Amino acid sequence: MGMKVKVKLAGDQAKVKLLIRHPMETGRRKDDSGKIIPAKYIQTLTCHANDELCFESQFGTGVSKDPFLSFTLLNRKAGDKLKFKWVDSTGDSDEKEVVIK
Amino acid sequence: MIRLLTFVSLLLLGTVSAWAQTTDTTPAEDREALRKFFQSKFPDIPLDAYKDGAYIFDPKARAQFEEIEEFPPWEFDVEEGEELFNTPFKNGKTYADCFENGGIGIAQKYPLWDEKRQEVVTLPYAINLCREANGEQPLPYEKSDLLKVQAYMAYTSRGKRIEAPEPTGKALEAYKKGREYYYSKRGQLDMTCANCHLQHAASRLRYELPGPLLGQTTHWPVYRSKWEELGDIQRRYKECNKQVRAKDLPYQAEEYRNLQYYMHLMDVGLEFNGPSSRK
Repeated sequence: MGMKVKVKLAGDQAKVKLLIRHPMETGRRKDDSGKIIPAKYIQTLTCHANDELCFESQFGTGVSKDPFLSFTLLNRKAGDKLKFKWVDSTGDSDEKEVVIK
Repeated sequence: MIRLLTFVSLLLLGTVSAWAQTTDTTPAEDREALRKFFQSKFPDIPLDAYKDGAYIFDPKARAQFEEIEEFPPWEFDVEEGEELFNTPFKNGKTYADCFENGGIGIAQKYPLWDEKRQEVVTLPYAINLCREANGEQPLPYEKSDLLKVQAYMAYTSRGKRIEAPEPTGKALEAYKKGREYYYSKRGQLDMTCANCHLQHAASRLRYELPGPLLGQTTHWPVYRSKWEELGDIQRRYKECNKQVRAKDLPYQAEEYRNLQYYMHLMDVGLEFNGPSSRK
């Protein structure tokens, strides 16, 4: 599972686009044999700028496979270190660090 | 009386077949006629724009499409496809050994007429032929790693021009079969491909804008939001047939390959821009 991040700085606003590879299984789907596919979905996504929390999102089963997010962070400048982390319902997590250019 | 009738009907038949022969057009003529059709209907849309399908007719949809293209959902698939493409088979060979130029920058030539196999070969078909020739199991044409390999190969062809040698002989016959399929009514809804993609391209069917025939093969495989994954053009053929309640054919059926060959010949010279995303 991977995470791709693209950040564009315009003035002091950083436009962030995030694409996460994740099955986002709701736990309500059945496979071809009729068995329930176990739930596995991201629950929280956080973004820390220079180790300070600047964005937090609580996902649920309403978000579909391979989530794509787009949001703007305020008061940012070139050289800021952004750290993105998600944690899912089975305890898995992934992180990615990006430095604003 | 009967002799007269027989003579008249034979004369008519002769005339009809002669008429059919003199009005049968070459692929180059068909291509020219198709371009004239769209360019006279939409004089403000340049030929090169048709690679983006229905989005050229709706500015709002186009704006959303361009934003998605900045960070497309198929990027992971191309990366994973590159890894798969470079992973050797059990016998030590790789996909590169099956294709011209090692498989790089050649996707825009498919589907092509394979003289040895005496049939039309599409890119996914060629990928599986490669696997089988190297002792590997063929992959399903839907929802499998095959799409990722196809996406990677398509990505290496971005920006190239669609090319195809003008068909003759058996290849020309396959082209004509594909063309006939395109214009034949089928299904409970009694529709042809042309009803939606020629007559109603750029006009609403319910809320949807059907993509025009011109440029329809340039951007595959496609990440369709509806599928939440990449799919081949033949996945769409199967959906279209189900939608008009016609007989669904299996992937890479001869009819689908011939149809794809016809559509490919219509796009010669246009820019290849696979993979792409659609709604």
